Formats: sequence, structure tokens, C-alpha cells
Amino acid sequence: MTNITPRAFTKSSSFGLTNAVFIGRSIRLSLRNTEALIMAIMLPVMLMLLFTYVFGGAIDPGGNYVNYVVPGIILLCAGFGSASTAVDVAHDMTNGIIDRFRTMPIQSLSVITGHVVASLARNSLATAVVIGVAFLVGFRPSANAIEWLAALGIIILFILTFTWLFAAIGLVSGSPSAASSYGFALLFLPYLSSAFVPTDTMPNWLQGVANHQPITPVIETIRGLLTGTPIHDQAWWAIGWCSFILLTSLIWCFIAFQKKAGRR
Amino acid sequence: MSKLAIDVKGLRKKFGSHVVLNGIDISVPVGTVYALLGPNGAGKTTLIHILSTLVAPDEGSVKVAGYDVVSEKNKVKQSISLTGQFAAVDEMLTSEENLQMICRLSGLTIAESRTRTDELLKHFDLTAAAKKLVKTYSGGMRRRLDLAISLVVSRPVLFLDEPTTGLDTISRRALWEIILQLKAQGITIFLTTQYLEEADQLADRIAVINGGHVVASGTANDLKSKLGGEVIELHNSNEELIGTVSTTGTIHDIRLSLNELALKYPQETRVSIRKPSLDDVFLLLTSKKLEESLS
Repeated sequence: MTNITPRAFTKSSSFGLTNAVFIGRSIRLSLRNTEALIMAIMLPVMLMLLFTYVFGGAIDPGGNYVNYVVPGIILLCAGFGSASTAVDVAHDMTNGIIDRFRTMPIQSLSVITGHVVASLARNSLATAVVIGVAFLVGFRPSANAIEWLAALGIIILFILTFTWLFAAIGLVSGSPSAASSYGFALLFLPYLSSAFVPTDTMPNWLQGVANHQPITPVIETIRGLLTGTPIHDQAWWAIGWCSFILLTSLIWCFIAFQKKAGRR
Repeated sequence: MSKLAIDVKGLRKKFGSHVVLNGIDISVPVGTVYALLGPNGAGKTTLIHILSTLVAPDEGSVKVAGYDVVSEKNKVKQSISLTGQFAAVDEMLTSEENLQMICRLSGLTIAESRTRTDELLKHFDLTAAAKKLVKTYSGGMRRRLDLAISLVVSRPVLFLDEPTTGLDTISRRALWEIILQLKAQGITIFLTTQYLEEADQLADRIAVINGGHVVASGTANDLKSKLGGEVIELHNSNEELIGTVSTTGTIHDIRLSLNELALKYPQETRVSIRKPSLDDVFLLLTSKKLEESLS
């Protein structure tokens, strides 16, 4: 064995480069995790077909249900997609690699940023697939270009918010499988919203929950933008909820990451 | 006095009500190999985590490469490399990708990263597997990659937490050779191990910790001589070890012991006399502690 040449180097990578490296890493890991990637693409398609052809006829015999349900499917898939961030983050935190990153002179919180950006990319792709399939099964939105952009903006804000929330959940849960089950619990929220049926068809007590949880205003805003249903003040509620959860999750992530130091 | 790469005084750490380190003093001169021995749960990993800035100490002063691990964390990080107990590699990446990632994070340009990666792959005998996912690697290959990653840039102090646990004899010896090469380059190496032979082979100084204290420290020979003279070993006719007795090594003491043993053991018992090994020291030190804590 030849002698290894020592290489002195005191410079460390800049903040921007560190983030870029971690984003590259997470995207590469996403692409390698074929099962999860196929799930992320197939799930939206299956759900879309399920709700349109299986439930749709019973919920709205007129056949217009697809126009109603598309925003709901988009959010449900975005939720599922972001939830895998919790698993990815928990996996990193329970693997020795996090200790290596932490003992390097870099901003190690960027590991999480990497996962968040990869999740944004994955979920944007899944959203595109949902919208594509929606058109195939008869979705006919009335939105103009600006409304489309606004709707996409809200969707991306929603994905970003829930990805950071799931990242925080991944940080505090003890193992990837625990992270996965916490994530699953949160994914019931879309069903208790106006995603699949109007909330006024629900019992009174449930309406209280459904109308005052973050998913409903987001759904109503997207639906209004895409299909022209009334939005009222729902857009502000949507942005407000998302900003609030986003900020809380960011702070939560930051604190959890510092606290988790070296404890497994 | 020679310069110290690691200087720990009065270190205490507890997690909740569980005291893990209870007043540790350690000093490691620059360019030496220091081995930390101790049974499972003795606090070896916690000590490495404190030295490598992952965990903050509760009390005491801890300096690595001359910098304080609390107030000069970043300076410490620039001076150390950690190879943890679990191979810190990305399983779903290839070894080439793993190395290049750490090169880039260490501030090397893309071209420099490529050269350095090739260099390290070659040195650690991983070139053939460079483009295979790490999850397909054997334990020995993972460890080699892990160590290669730790050496992307040369830091003056290298921490190795149980570097050869779970490796076969050949991989273990190959790793020892690399560790000795690094020492020859002037790198200070602080390692924990459960294998006494490893400490014996590699370390200039050894500390045994148990119950949060350093119960003994010194060179391997210092520790062995603590046990005094010779050890009598008794084997039965099937060559199985049936007893050991420590003696002071004088003819008088050995004779007395043998007289006693002759009454206790069957006639065909075979006797051999050897120098005490580190295992004897370790067992003595840690079991004594154990008895104390039980009583």
C-alpha cells in the first residue's frame, strides 16, 4: 500500500456551496429510491382515477365531480409526498453520517434544506402528473394564466410548508418508522376538509373542525382560482395558515437540530 | 513539555440523572496514538462526542488542538476528523460520490475533488468498487471508505470510535497499518476499542475507563506491570483453560501457588506460566470496579 499524501486545507465550503451539495445529495438519493419515486408518481394517478370513476358517480351523479375534486387530490398527493421527508430526515439523523456533517466546519443544518428542496422537486413533478391526468379524465378548469400561476404559487407554498413540518417531525422522531407513522396521522387532515365533499354536508360538530383547519382554505383558494368558485377571504386564510405553520416548523427544526446533537 | 493535542481536565457529563463521565483527565501529546478502553456503556462514545463538539460537557475544560470545544467550536471542527462507530457513509451513493461530496464540502473545487477522490479510492483499494452503491459493500470496505472520507483533508487530530469492531482479521490488520501510517505523518489519533490487542499494537498510551472514571492509564507495559509478575495458567488434558492465578513472579510465590493448586486440581492438569496480558489488566480493573459498584 502506498503512503497516503496528506492534504492540508483550511478553507471550508461556503454557505451557498454547502446547500448546493446537500441539495444535489438529496435529489440523487430521491432518484435512487425508485420505489418511493414510483409511489410518488403512481399514487396521484390511482387516487385521481379512484375518486373520479369509483366515488365520483355516487357523490355527484352529474359527472362534474372531477372539477370539484382535483384541488383535493393535488393537496393529498403533496401531503403524501412531503411526508416522505420525515422518513428521509429521520434516516439521516439515526445514521452515523449526521455526526460527520456536524463535526465538519460547515452549516450542517443544510442537510435538512437539501431534503426540503428535493421534496419540492419531487412534489412539483407529482403535481404536474396529477394535473396532466386530471385533464385526461375530464378536468376543465376556467382559469386564465394569472390564476394558474397564483394557484401553482399556493400549491408550492403548501408543499414547502408541509415539507418543513415533516422535516421537523423527522428530526424529533426516534426512527424512520416512527417518523413514517407520525406522518401518516397528519395525512388524515385532507379528508376532514372540503377536499372531497363540501363541508356543509358534514355533521355540525365536524363542520367546526373542517372549516377551521388549514387545509380547507388552501383547497378553497385553489378551487376558486382554477374553477371559478367563490374564494372570499379564504386566500388570506390559506396564506396565513401556511406562513404560520412554515415559520413554526422552521423554528422547530432549528431547535430540534441543535438539541439532537450527538444523541441517538 | 510537549504540546498537547487533547487536554481534558475534570470533565463531567450526565444525561438526565445518569452520570456518564465523572471527572475525566486525559492528555494526549501531538503525534501520538491514544487508546481508550472500557466495557460497553463506560462512556467511551460520549467522550469522543464531547471531544468532537457533538455533545457539550457539563463541567471541566476540554481542549482539542489547543481550542476549547465549547467556545471555539468552529476552530476545533477545522482541526478534527471523526470516524464514528457506525460507518458514516451514504448507502445509496457510490464510494466515488460519497468521497466527492465530502471533498466539495471541505472546500475543494470540482477538479480537485476528482483528483483527491481517485487518489483516496486507489489508496484504500476501492477503485474497482468505486461506481458501486455502498450498500453492496462488505463491512471492511465500508470501514475503509469511512476512513478515506475522514482523510479527504488532513486534520491534525483524528477520532476513531471502535474502528475495527465487526471486521475480520485481515481487514483489521490492514486498518491498523493505515492508522500507523497516519501516525507517522504526525497526525494525533484518539481511538476507542474493545480489543485489547488493538490497543497493545497501536497505542502509545492507553486509558481504561469504567464507571465514568479513568481507572488506569499509561503505556501497555505500564498497565501490564501493574499486575506484577507472572500468570499461571492451568489447562486440562483437552487443552481447555480451567484456571488462571496471578503471582508476583518470585520463585517463592509461584511455588506457594503451585502447592495450593496441586491440592485443588487433578494430577493431569498442565501448567504454563506467561506474562500478564492487557486482557488480564482489563478484567482486573473493570471487574474490581464492578464489584465495588455492586456492594
